[in-house]
Formats: sequence, C-alpha cells, structure tokens
Amino acid sequence: MNDWVEIGSINDIPRRGARCVRTPQGKIAVFRTMEDQIFAIEDHCPHKGGPLSQGIVHGASVTCPLHNWVISLETGKALGADEGSVKTVALRLDGDRIFAALELVAVAAE
Amino acid sequence: MKKQKLIIIGNGMAPGRALEHLFEQAPHAYDVTIFNAEPRVNYDRIMLSPVLSGEKEYEEIIIHGDGWYIKHGIMLYKGHKVINIDRQAKTVTSDAGTTETYDKLLIATGSSPFMLPVPGNNLPGVLSYRDLDDVRAMLLAAQSRARAIVIGGGLLGLEAAAGLKSRDMDVTVLHVMPTLMERQLDPAAGYLLEKAVEQRGIRVMTKASTKEIIGEKKVEGVLLADGTTLPADLVVMAVGIRPNSWLAKEAGLDCNRGILTDAGMRTSDPDIFAIGECAEVGGQCYGLVAPLYEMARVVAAQLAGNNEAAFVHSETPTKLKVTGINVFSVGDLAEGDDRQEIVLRDAAAGVYKRLVLKDDRIIGTVLYGETSDGAWFHDLTKKRTDISEMRDTLIFGQSYQGGSPLDPMAAVAALPDDAEICGCNGICKGKITGAITGKSLTSLDDVRAHTKASASCGSCTGLVEQLLSLTLGDSYNPSAVTPMCSCTDLGHDDVRRLIVAKNLKSIPAVMQELEWKTSCGCAKCRPALNYYLVADWPDEYADDYQSRFINERVHANIQKDGTYSVVPRMWGGVTSSKELRAIADVVDKFDIPAVKVTGGQRIDMLGIKKEDLPAVWADLGKAGFVSGQAYAKGLRTVKTCVGTDWCRFGTQDSTGLGIRIEKFMWGSWTPAKLKMAVSGCPRNCAEATCKDIGIICVDSGYEIHFAGAAGLDIKGTEVLGLVKTEDEALEHVVALAQMYREQGRYLERIYKWAKRVGLDEIRRQIMGDAQKRKGYFDRFVFSQKFAQVDPWSERVSGVDKHEFQPMATIGYAQAAE
Repeated sequence: MNDWVEIGSINDIPRRGARCVRTPQGKIAVFRTMEDQIFAIEDHCPHKGGPLSQGIVHGASVTCPLHNWVISLETGKALGADEGSVKTVALRLDGDRIFAALELVAVAAE
Repeated sequence: MKKQKLIIIGNGMAPGRALEHLFEQAPHAYDVTIFNAEPRVNYDRIMLSPVLSGEKEYEEIIIHGDGWYIKHGIMLYKGHKVINIDRQAKTVTSDAGTTETYDKLLIATGSSPFMLPVPGNNLPGVLSYRDLDDVRAMLLAAQSRARAIVIGGGLLGLEAAAGLKSRDMDVTVLHVMPTLMERQLDPAAGYLLEKAVEQRGIRVMTKASTKEIIGEKKVEGVLLADGTTLPADLVVMAVGIRPNSWLAKEAGLDCNRGILTDAGMRTSDPDIFAIGECAEVGGQCYGLVAPLYEMARVVAAQLAGNNEAAFVHSETPTKLKVTGINVFSVGDLAEGDDRQEIVLRDAAAGVYKRLVLKDDRIIGTVLYGETSDGAWFHDLTKKRTDISEMRDTLIFGQSYQGGSPLDPMAAVAALPDDAEICGCNGICKGKITGAITGKSLTSLDDVRAHTKASASCGSCTGLVEQLLSLTLGDSYNPSAVTPMCSCTDLGHDDVRRLIVAKNLKSIPAVMQELEWKTSCGCAKCRPALNYYLVADWPDEYADDYQSRFINERVHANIQKDGTYSVVPRMWGGVTSSKELRAIADVVDKFDIPAVKVTGGQRIDMLGIKKEDLPAVWADLGKAGFVSGQAYAKGLRTVKTCVGTDWCRFGTQDSTGLGIRIEKFMWGSWTPAKLKMAVSGCPRNCAEATCKDIGIICVDSGYEIHFAGAAGLDIKGTEVLGLVKTEDEALEHVVALAQMYREQGRYLERIYKWAKRVGLDEIRRQIMGDAQKRKGYFDRFVFSQKFAQVDPWSERVSGVDKHEFQPMATIGYAQAAE
C-alpha cells in the first residue's frame, strides 16, 4: 500500500536540479526539470550505485555523476546503449507542495 | 541470471578485440577482470614503428582509453603480472598478491622477444622491440647515443632500424641469412629492399652471425662469428618471438610451442581459453594481427554460447611499415616443377612484381615498389579464380584488365563486394559500404568505430576514404568537424567563435541562436557552454551551477560511495604546524576515515559525508584555509622545491615564485585542469617537465615549459622560452594560460591544445609579440576580479544551502502513525 506523504515544496528544488528525500526504503531523488515537471526515482544508479541526485539534469533525464549513464526520469530506464533501470516513485503536486507515494504500511507493521 | 566471472590475463590487441565482440553479442553475460603486465591500457602494437619514427604519438595509438573500461565495468589491474593459475580453486594470482576467482579464464599472454643466447645479451643497452617501454628506451638511447646495431633483418628489425635512423642514429642491421625478410620475400625482392634500406643511410650486413655482445658495464659492440667487431652503444634484438606459455604450462595445460587449443580456442581445460600469439591452433602459432583477430572473434562467440564458432587458417599478407618502402607478400613463393611464374621488373622505377601460379591460379604474390594491386591479387588467390583468360595482362594489375587503364577511384568502384579492404580485420568492401549507408556514417572515424576497417595498421585508410567518397558522393567531406555532442552539428571551435561574434551571454541564448536540437542540452554540452561563457564574459555571465559537474557544484570531489573528499590549498606545498593541527582537529571532529598526501603537495581528507561539508569548511576556514579546487577544471596546484631558501643547488627562489603564481592564478577556470610546478634548478625536483606549465630556474633566469602530461599519456614538456626576471616569468605564464583559456576546447588539456594550434604559433604570440602577451595578461587579470572568491567560505555563509541538506527525512515515527 502506498501513502501520499508530503515531502516539501517545488521551490525547494532548483530548476534542472534535484534534492534527496530519506525514507525507510532508502534515499530517493526528487527532480525538477527546466519546464517545472517533477519526478522521483531511487537515488541509486543501476550501474554502480552512483547518487543520481548529484547528476546533471537535462530534458527529462539525468546523467549519473560517476560514469555518465543517462537515466530517464519518466521511466527510470537507462537510455542509449546501456541497460538497467531504477524504481520510480509517483509524485503529486498540490499547489507548490509535493507529495510522494511511499510504502509506509510495510514499515509500520514491523 | 547471475553474471559469470571472466578473467583475462593480458591486455593486448586480441583480448581487446574479443571483448568488443563479446559486449556486442552478450553484453551482460560476464563481469570482466583484466590483469595487464604492462602498466597501461590497450594500444595498437602494430603502430609502435610509427611512434618510434616520430610519425605518431602514443595517444594516437590507444585502442581503448580508460573510459572504455569504466563504461563496460571492467576491472583492469594495470602493471599486474599473473604468476599462478589454480585450476582446482579456479583462481589467478598476480605478482602484487591480488587473487581473483573465475568461472571462465582467457589466457592472452602474447609472446616474448627471443633473445639470442650469446654472451652479453643481458648487458644494459641491449633491448628487444616488443612494447611501448622498449620504444621509450630506444628513444631515450637515441637522444644521447650515436651507434645502434639491429640484429635481425625481418619485418620488426627493419622497422626498428628505420625508426632509429629517423631519430638520427647511426644504424647497422645484421642479418644472418643472405637476403632480408627471406621468409616473406624472394631473393630478388630482398635485394631491392636491401638497396632501398641502404639508400636511407642504414648499413646492412647479411650472412652476419652474432657471436657475442661485448662490453664491460654496458654495450660497447658486437663480435661476429667471422671475427669482425662492430662498435655499438645500443643493440636491438629483433630475431623472432616465442609464445608466452609458461604460465599455462605450470598450470598443467597441454602446451607445445604455444598453448594448445581446439578450433574453438579452448585449451585442455574446458573453462580456460587461449588466444593471441600465445595460442597454438591447428598446429600453428600466429604473429600477424589478422589471424589473432579471427581468434578473438571465435573466442567471443564461444563465450557468448555459440559452440559452433571455429578458427579457420587463412594466409595473411605481409606489409612493411617503413614510409617510402612498399613491400607486399602473401602465399607460397617457392619454385617447383608444377609451378610457373610471371615477373615484371622495372629497374629505373624500382619495381618488382612476381606472381607464382599453379594450375592457372595465383598461389603466391610478391610486390615491391608498387603494391596497390596486392589486395586484388590476394583476392584472386583466395577465390581460386582461373586467370588463364587475363594471363597476358595479369601482372599489370586490375586496372589493365579489359581495356584502357582506369583511375584509382574507378578501380575501387570495380572491386566486388566481397573483396577484402582491411586485411588486419578481415573487412570486405560490402561490409563497409553497407555500414556507410545503413548506419548513415559520414567520416573515417565513423567507419572505424562501426566496422574496424583501417583501425589497426591504417594502410588501407586511402581505400576506405575512397569508399566513403564513392558511397556518399559530394556529401563526403573529409575535413568535416566533429560536433560538440548530439545536441548540435557545430564543433567546439565554431561554438566558441559564435558566442563572441553573436554576443551570446547565457546558455539559453546560445541554444536558441545556434539552433540546438534539444531543449536543454545534455551533460556533455552544458558544462562546456558554461565554461565558454565564464571565460568569455567574466563580468557579465552568471555562472550556471546546474550546468556544472557535481564536484564543481559542491566544491569537493565525489567518491565511488557518494561521499566527498576535501583538499585545502597549501600554497606552493608549504604548510605549518598550525595548519597541520587544524587539519588533525577536523579529521578527529568529523571522524574522517582517510587522510592522504596528494601528488600535488597537499593533504586530502576522504570519505566526508555531504551534509558535513559546510561544517568541515567552516573549521578549515578558521585556520586560514581556502578551497584547493582539487575538483576544478581550473588551476589546481603549483608544486615547488625548496630553491635558494634551503637547497645548495638552488639558483632562484622557486618556492616563492610558485606561491606567487598560485596566489595570482587561483580560482581561474580553464578548459581542463591546469597543474603547474616550479623547480629551483635543472635537477628538477618539482618535476616541472611533465606539467601543463612548468618553470625551471637557471642561473640566467627562468626557463618556461608547457604542454607536458603525466596521466593517461606521458609526455615531456616543450620549451616556451627563457626570461630573465621573476616578474617576466609570471607575465609569460599568465599570458600562456589565458591564451589556452581563450582557445582550448572544453576538457582539452594544454598539451592537446598546443599540438592542435602548433607550438611555434604559441611561442610567436607569447614570446615574440609583446602586445599580444600584454593583452592576454590583462584579460586574465580582469577575469580574476570575478573568479577569486573562496567558494568554501561562500558556502559556510549559506550559499547553495539546498545542495547540502536532504529536502525531507521521512522517519519511522511518522510511518508508524
């Protein structure tokens, strides 16, 4: 079960940039594109685990800072010749507030 | 599916090619680890001769740069020689003590040069001709030594001799047989070759058997069996190679001359393969590149699961890579009752052609002087074409068949699709033209990347270019520029020029005016554009941090686990107890796991959590430290020695000058990193002669050096010029840096820029034109007004706070509610 959890304001993220959110399932990276679209994916490159939140954001994709894999923010899939993918996290924007669909029940049940 | 572990011993051309095939066919089947006894990446060994003769640089013959290994997730142990294979445990162990486990093992240990077993063969000054280290040793010897003797008049020996001659050595070739290259050439061609070699000023002695290499502590000469003594300062042995199979032998694999394999390149252990010069397949060991690449193709298919792939023997033509001497030879050249021959000699033109025929088919070809029909003759042999119809004109070549001579372009056009163009890689015409149209290739580099044609020895480059031009017509432009990235068709130089010409002062403006094909660029072009704008409009452009690589965005170096390292400036490498104490305190307070002294004479603190960075900088700042910009495409360090302050040899205050330069230039952004050094005397303890810019102090002043490299490439510096005073030294160095800042392409180190624009042009502008120099200097000084802000103290005071804190922490307490 996913719950919508408020994680901050869109204004907290620079355009063509990202911020991290720590969750019990690990870090997720929340991106804001040039056109103010927002996306969230695991902060862990499928290649060698690089922190994608630290990469350069271009269009709706990010280039990993460790070895330049390009990951689609929409699908979480590696673009170009590389193969691999990261989990995406659904986001909802309410005014300037961002809500993320996070799995909290499983954790709560522990 | 779990990946299997593939270990490769050896990193030469054969395993490199095998991996390319493997990644194409089964990209995720294996985790690959390579042990390379040579401390470097995979380079084109066939091109060592052009490196020796100075026609090419080492960086031009690299096949796979470091980036390739990273991209494919390959663990490459450079400089590790494997000393043991344990087949029971399935492990290999290197001389450095590293042990790794394998599922599949590929042995590609190549061959060793054969050293004649004569007394003195281990004296200093006796070299083999096998790898880059041999070439470097020869080049070093060529600088100071006069007389070289090359033992061996085969392919390698003659290439070595020509290379040493072009480095102005006095060269003699000793060959034990009556004619040169007797294994590939018949005596007539061997004689012509000998004349041509001698015309270049190389002495040739045939039937010369070496008895002893004489010398006390180093080589002094060679004693022949007939009693002749020849003086020599350098002896190069090029008498043959022997497969490197001892490792396999010790591991109990079946070996003969080489490591025995079946046609699938599998050794007597089903999990172990062998390819390259160390392998023996079908009773034969190979040394030319074409069959080695065929082995690579087979082993890759086998590793990818195709058990059918099998190695098939084929004849490989021999070509000599000595500029101006054209020799081509292939097949069976022996005479016999059932054989006939066609010979053409033109003494004046130095041409000799001989075809050996059997049953109306060509079985052997030797061409000397005029070799352009070699591929055609070889093709006729391979296809067993009956030549009786064209026998009268056969020797004149393909253009003369059926009428008037054709121009070379028409000759290429007339070749059938299955005619071999690139012998090294076995690439035929149809494959090249098919790739050009099918993959929309437009340049020689494209064709090389997609088909490998002309990517090895390069002797078919002309043919490939003709094919490009035939296939593409007028749209083929050999001098076309490489675009910056796929977002634009413009090259770096055009973009830089247009930024200034069109007065473009922001990244969106550049993308709009220069018609970028993407809405917001990519990770290649955005950092480049940001640098160009910073460099061209220092006062007006607002630096776009979102277009900077993470290290420059947060002013620290990202590590593989996502933590950061921090390097404060230590001006000229000089520090104090107070500074060291402050560093020690920071390390303790923030529990920093590793502290290391860098090559640039300062201290690196590694493993710092991102959130801690501002607090770490605050403490360092209190002790007077500023950012060392160890992450920047900008001024890094100015290494110094202790100069006249302490050293009994020092000629000038090198420490003081180094600190002065660093304080003057810190904070400046450059196309790629800029590392400098100042040495107080020609003993050069600060190693200034491999830096981007270096200064060697001498009694009469300051010798300014530039364009060195000591990373992926190793290159000594070039001399810019000598100046008399410290002020002049500073002005020249700064002007040079500014010229590079204005002209360099993003990520282009100063030595590559210098090579591109020409050393003389740089000397002319910086040493010879005071007005130009002053202009560069003034522009640098202006730009520094905006650049010299310590980024650490800025961030301590709150700039870019969002970079260092998570936006939110979703905790367990909240989750449990």
